[in-house]
Amino acid sequence: MQPTHRSSRILLPAKTWFAYLSLLVALALSYIPTGLTPGVPDWVALVLAFWSIREPLRVGMGAGFLFGVLVDIGHGAAMGQHALAYVVLCYLATSVSRRVLWFPPTQQALQMFPLLLLTQVIMVVVRLVAGAEFPGWWYFLSSLTSAALWVPLNYLLLLPQYQPVDRDDNRPI
Amino acid sequence: MSLAGHPSPPIFKQGPTPLVRLLVLVSVCLAMLVADLKFRYLEVVRQALSVATWPLQMAAAAPADFVRNAAVYFGTLVEVQKDNAALRGRELEAAQRLLRFEQLEEENRRLRGLLDMGPAVAAKSIAAEILYDAPDPFDLKVILNRGSQHGVEAGMAVVNEQGMIGQVTRVYPVQAEVTLLTDKDQAVPVQVARNGLRGVLAGAGQGRLELRFTLSGADVRVGDRLVTSGLDGLFLAGLPVADVVSVDRDAQTFAVIVCEPVAGVERTTQVRLLGRAEPPPPRPAPEPEPEPRKGLKG
Repeated sequence: MQPTHRSSRILLPAKTWFAYLSLLVALALSYIPTGLTPGVPDWVALVLAFWSIREPLRVGMGAGFLFGVLVDIGHGAAMGQHALAYVVLCYLATSVSRRVLWFPPTQQALQMFPLLLLTQVIMVVVRLVAGAEFPGWWYFLSSLTSAALWVPLNYLLLLPQYQPVDRDDNRPI
Repeated sequence: MSLAGHPSPPIFKQGPTPLVRLLVLVSVCLAMLVADLKFRYLEVVRQALSVATWPLQMAAAAPADFVRNAAVYFGTLVEVQKDNAALRGRELEAAQRLLRFEQLEEENRRLRGLLDMGPAVAAKSIAAEILYDAPDPFDLKVILNRGSQHGVEAGMAVVNEQGMIGQVTRVYPVQAEVTLLTDKDQAVPVQVARNGLRGVLAGAGQGRLELRFTLSGADVRVGDRLVTSGLDGLFLAGLPVADVVSVDRDAQTFAVIVCEPVAGVERTTQVRLLGRAEPPPPRPAPEPEPEPRKGLKG
């Protein structure tokens, strides 16, 4: 079956400040001290992937690097660990954005899962090479919960673009 | 790029291609990782940027604080009364020891004076509370609610009422990061309390510790108590650290000595930070043999 372009609904242009505001909110969420609870979603990776797919010209590897460093500092992780993973994530998300946007959000989530998993694998490999202990398989649960949050997040972050400037019942948006 | 000697018009210019940008950023990240993990060059950058992320972190910690306080609030009265009774009993017991301790300390000072040994190292002590586990799942670290504003310094020993649980490894303005004893990268200079044999105790994972580089002939027995030796110039001497659980002498040159921490390292909330009130005297310069160094300087 030929996939149809579900995002054919005409959206308002995305605002760059909103993209960066949502990234800041994601950063704040990632700073919530949850300790070592497994399955806490990686908010920053999720929002970065979202904007890399939606607006590849405005949010990309540069933002991935910047927010990766900020996460590294907040978490007390090795400097560059999250930055490296997020830069690769943004690159891959940007390069698949043309294809992914043809699918409805649930199928987009399925395609995002390997990317988010790869992000975590990069971080594990970096730390294992540096001599840390393997954190256990529960660690990878996080990318599953992140991918599951793709659909609600998709709706939430597109909400401002659904709002018409002046309401007109005869207009399609 | 150029057609017939003319540069291409800048209409479609988008800077370097994505692949080039990826490679540049990845190599920057790798350089940062090496600089941080191998050489610890980036601590200054980390401190500076942590000031910028501070408001966000405070805002994010608020819900966690709320949950913790709510849990305390709903702790039942009966529990508190029971705790109170137990604490009163322990206080009485401790008071007797303290009385004797003061007398002994006075006596110790006089004896040291007689022997011309100089005063014992003065201690500096700060009470703190463990807020939460550090979010980085690769290390065993916890976050304390005291930081450089309260006088916390990197390198201080962290103890609870039973013994040592870790060491302060990174200090922020009002928080500090403690690496627990059981972390793989944490090492403590110790000595066997029974005979003063010195060694290095390192984390071995799974809540165990390992006394490294001790010859298989060394006099270490199961059940020996290991205390800090104070030789690193950071820790006070004599803090209980671990008990020997098993000694395997037929492995190699070095015996495999597995120890268990005295204090419940990974389940404690109230701690004290102990450090030296003044820095240790500088290491004496190695005067006798300056010959081999000359080649390096020139």
